[in-house]
Amino acid sequence: MKLVLTQYTEIVVLVAVLILLFGLYLSWTATRLDRLHVRLDAAWLALDAQLVRRSAATQELARSGLLDVASAVILATAARSSQIATEDEREPAESALTRDLRAAFDDPQQLALLRQTPEGTDLVQELGAAMRRVQLARRFHNESVRAVRELRGHRRVRYFRLAGRAPDKPTFEIDDEPPVAIGR
Amino acid sequence: MKIGIVCPYAWDVPGGVQFHVRDLAAHLIGLGHEVSVLAPADEDTPVPPYVVAAGRAVPVPYNGSVARLNFGFLSNARVRRWLHDGNFDVLHLHEPITPSLSILACWSASGPIVATFHSANPRSRAMSAAYPMMQSALEKINARIAVSEYARRTLVEHYGGDAVVIPNGVDVSYFADAQPDPDWTTPEGDGGPDGKGGTIGFMGRFEEPRKGLSVLLEAFPAIVAARPATRLLVAGRGDTDEALKALPEEVRGNVTFLGMVSDEARARLLRSVDIYCAPNTGGESFGIILVEAMSAGAPVLATDLDAFSLVLEGGEAGMMFPNGDAAALAEAAIGLLRDPARRDALREAATEAVRRYDWSVVAADILSVYEMVTESTARVNAAQVTAAQLSAEARAEARAESRAESRSESRTDWRGQR
Repeated sequence: MKLVLTQYTEIVVLVAVLILLFGLYLSWTATRLDRLHVRLDAAWLALDAQLVRRSAATQELARSGLLDVASAVILATAARSSQIATEDEREPAESALTRDLRAAFDDPQQLALLRQTPEGTDLVQELGAAMRRVQLARRFHNESVRAVRELRGHRRVRYFRLAGRAPDKPTFEIDDEPPVAIGR
Repeated sequence: MKIGIVCPYAWDVPGGVQFHVRDLAAHLIGLGHEVSVLAPADEDTPVPPYVVAAGRAVPVPYNGSVARLNFGFLSNARVRRWLHDGNFDVLHLHEPITPSLSILACWSASGPIVATFHSANPRSRAMSAAYPMMQSALEKINARIAVSEYARRTLVEHYGGDAVVIPNGVDVSYFADAQPDPDWTTPEGDGGPDGKGGTIGFMGRFEEPRKGLSVLLEAFPAIVAARPATRLLVAGRGDTDEALKALPEEVRGNVTFLGMVSDEARARLLRSVDIYCAPNTGGESFGIILVEAMSAGAPVLATDLDAFSLVLEGGEAGMMFPNGDAAALAEAAIGLLRDPARRDALREAATEAVRRYDWSVVAADILSVYEMVTESTARVNAAQVTAAQLSAEARAEARAESRAESRSESRTDWRGQR
């Protein structure tokens, strides 16, 4: 085959190079986006694990027999509802658990009483750590959601469908403020 | 846990980030973890056994100040080798926004990465040029930590993205247990309502205007006029003659310059004084010196900077005065020196306030972040889909179980009624 050099060759080559570069740029963006999606999945797993841990810690405290019966029943119920909540009910259920925990430890005497026994001290310690971890994990998760959304919002990602079929995950919004007495 | 920490600034130059890394590493090792710190240092700089020297740092003007940094192929190769040899469970970068070892490590590493943002330097226009390049590296970070609410705000406003606040750590008991030095305390009976004296402490490189010694010196004659035996103890490097020029002849005898002091002397000085004064006019993102003073039980009198106000809990754990207002400083200092009961109250509030800055609390928080990041990321790498599915399956199972439970419960009730 004979190579035909016409006046258009230069332009054709230039366009081909530009398309190649743009393709590389898209592929690089897709890699970035994929990495962010993986990070978001990891952040969600971590958050889910911490929420489960918090509700388990609450349940254990409720069943320990160290609390008054009213508090124990309220906390056990709230912990259980957070565990069985469907995806849509999860946020309100977890917020409710936080509020019930705050109500239960509103009275500083409750805490003082619990801390009198070594078992109670351990349980409170565990619950405090779990609540703190929920706060941390939620921040990390929502930060990941923000990063994914920012990149997905770019035109090159939308037009070329670089996000594929990965769902657009929402942030996880709950009240996670621990009771003042446990927070410290 | 095997932890790799990257310190971006030269190890042998004292600085907040370096101290933070040093104390964190020591504390984690104390808890039984394996820690390796990669830091810029010459081959012949004496370093602790856990530090890996990454070579000499080159001073480079960057973002308005001179940063001593490592870069180039050699540094990059060293970073890669360190990452490879270390085989870490988690990588902890410090100050990844500066172009430094931290960003090199972030570029080369994959897996769980934690980063701590220390400074509250706003992003400059010039930095915007490089930011997209850095951003793709920063996206790898799984968990971001800011050392103060102030540093976090800077991150949110200038760089995008959020962080959790885990403050700088202080070894509270080290300061609380230090022995007061009789030379630096007020003689018995001289500090009370009718006494004439008291000691005021100041620390820092005082030739730097932002440390605010000039404000304190401007206020000092008025303090001496009200309480003639008041002494001012200044620790830190600087030109003493230059500093003294600002003072009238008759009060110069009340000022003692201690020069550079050892860590132990710092703690003893803070333990001895009646007031620790921090008249800084700006540039502080955290104010660790205030936490140290509060740990030592020194009542704090500081400028009302945002960062200080957070540490002093809005004035409950220490007194504040308007930035640069020498008259207000003098009035507050005189008031405090006259009132031992007020000083005791501040001490008590401060002791309570510093608990959350103790290394035991701070390191535990940082460790929870490590655990969270390693647990989930390791799982994701191994089986991204299965883990998510497992969790969903477990929840569905729990729901089914609970429905069965409630059914059986209602049945029991019904039988009970019969």
